Amino acid sequence: MDPRKFRLGLLAAATAILLAFLLPLAVEASPLLFHPIWEAAAGAGVLFVLAAWMADDRASTVGIGGVILAAATSLVLLGDRQIAGSARSGFWMIAIAAWLAAAMCVINLAAMQPIRADRQRMVNLLVPLLFGATVFYLWEVAVRGFGVPPVLLPSPSAAAARFAASLPILEADFVQTFIRGVLVGYAIGCGAGLLVAILAHRFEFLGRGLLPLGNFFSALPLVGIAPIMVMWFGFDWPSKAAVVALVTFFPMLVNALAGLSASGHIERDLMRSYAANHSQSLSKLYLPAALPFIFNALKINATLALIGAIVAEFFGTPTQGIGFRISTEAGRMAIDMVWAEIALAALAGMAFYGLVALAERATTFWHPSYRT
Amino acid sequence: MQSPPVQLSVRNIRKSFSGKAGEIAVLDDLSFGINECDFVSIIGPSGCGKTTIFNIIAGLLEPDSGTMQYRGTEIESLRGRVGYMMQKDLLFPWRTVLGNVLLGLETRGIDRAEAEGKAREYLKGFGLSGFENAYPNTLSGGMRQRVALIRTLIMDPDILLLDEPFSALDYQTRLYLEGVLKDAVETYNKTVILVTHDIDEAVALSKRVIVLSGRPARVKIVHDIDLSATSPITARSDTRFSGYFHALCAELDIQTEKTA
Repeated sequence: MDPRKFRLGLLAAATAILLAFLLPLAVEASPLLFHPIWEAAAGAGVLFVLAAWMADDRASTVGIGGVILAAATSLVLLGDRQIAGSARSGFWMIAIAAWLAAAMCVINLAAMQPIRADRQRMVNLLVPLLFGATVFYLWEVAVRGFGVPPVLLPSPSAAAARFAASLPILEADFVQTFIRGVLVGYAIGCGAGLLVAILAHRFEFLGRGLLPLGNFFSALPLVGIAPIMVMWFGFDWPSKAAVVALVTFFPMLVNALAGLSASGHIERDLMRSYAANHSQSLSKLYLPAALPFIFNALKINATLALIGAIVAEFFGTPTQGIGFRISTEAGRMAIDMVWAEIALAALAGMAFYGLVALAERATTFWHPSYRT
Repeated sequence: MQSPPVQLSVRNIRKSFSGKAGEIAVLDDLSFGINECDFVSIIGPSGCGKTTIFNIIAGLLEPDSGTMQYRGTEIESLRGRVGYMMQKDLLFPWRTVLGNVLLGLETRGIDRAEAEGKAREYLKGFGLSGFENAYPNTLSGGMRQRVALIRTLIMDPDILLLDEPFSALDYQTRLYLEGVLKDAVETYNKTVILVTHDIDEAVALSKRVIVLSGRPARVKIVHDIDLSATSPITARSDTRFSGYFHALCAELDIQTEKTA
């Protein structure tokens, strides 16, 4: 990053800290200098100036130290009842300083080109972490500083507290929705999709007849299928697994079929010149060549499956499950619980996607898209 | 000179494809014979159907009419018995060098340990030991084509069909691999049919060169090449080399004038 811009950004952050001492924190609150936390704010300002003076790779570390002090100051000030909900420009100056300095440090880190591989890995981890932490910090400060009603948007700390307090419920919901509905449906849907793709690839009439039908079914709205599945398979998880199987089947069928046809004509001729039969060609050529396509479908389906299972629970379910909890708690205005469930679903979805992506890297490392 | 017995004879092969412009005759009454331990190059104007001939011999295509005889017996095709090597090396990127070499033997159902031993022996013979577990995308073009050659030879085919195997390589690598091929063919006593664009290559490697006419392809003339050189590089410095070269060029030049 251009050191001049880095310097300018951090000096602006330091100026904002200085302004925080001069401007009012809230309508009836005493100035920042009379709060015991003023030393931390001053320390943040000093660190920002120091980082601006250095303006090299190590400056990010100093800058992040300042960001932590500034963020801590603002969060402690929010504990003051006079400030929370009626914060004024002085308070916002601290939040702006923390955000600005954090942004500068993230940009500086991302642009850094360290030589050692282990440091590169650390930076790769640090950049998204710092980015995420900044987003959550701004959310927290904005909600509490402006006094946003928790029904509209709870602060992340409130949602996290709720999350920690209701772990047993969340675990039961996770097992019901994810382990039963999503995983079973995903396995059935993806497995059946792959199997039908192999058959359609072998017998051309199947491919021709099935694909238009497949397009038709995949265009059916999820909210229309879900109640029908509940009627067919009952209220418990099998109906959710059926919905998930339905929504994951066609992406897999279409992708796997494209993948099986991806191997070139001369590769097929090579196998034929060995007098290979179809199952040999399938296992040695068609399926390996289709793996990148199959993994594409698995990744698309990882997110589709979770959405499908959650939406399906809106249409009748036993008293468990992520979707059930979201709809009932939203009805009871317990929005922090809704957010806790959303966080759970997001975490589960991310972990699921990550696992599939890892398996992909391990098995399709040869594909040109992974060449560095 | 007494000629060795005929191994494969191709008689009156006809093949046409239907395209947008109607029927296109590619091979018209094509006949030629390949002797035991022969090295025959087929040259001709581009698009004259050389690859089609290979596909018919290998059993990937059916001729419209015509017969083939192998050591005196009538056959449909040599499917599964030829070693077919193509322009691209066609190594599977998801298999290691060893895995690629084993591809054909696996298809044939050979015992794994036996096949692997044989593969390592071949790899060693071609200077590729130590690369067994490397993946194709880490190898140079010349090494990849050597692996493809091993994959073809290890099947112990009756006849090697080489379809412009070196055309995608640079000149030095091509010279080197021509030598490797010639040595291997002599070591393993193989019969080779080579399709090439490169007259130079055809003269340096072959015992005979078949010149095809433009589409539909017929055998125009068969040139015997009598060079006693031991390697394709020394063959190029033989006094008779340029004579053969110019004779073949002349055959092809007349051809291009006629079709133009």
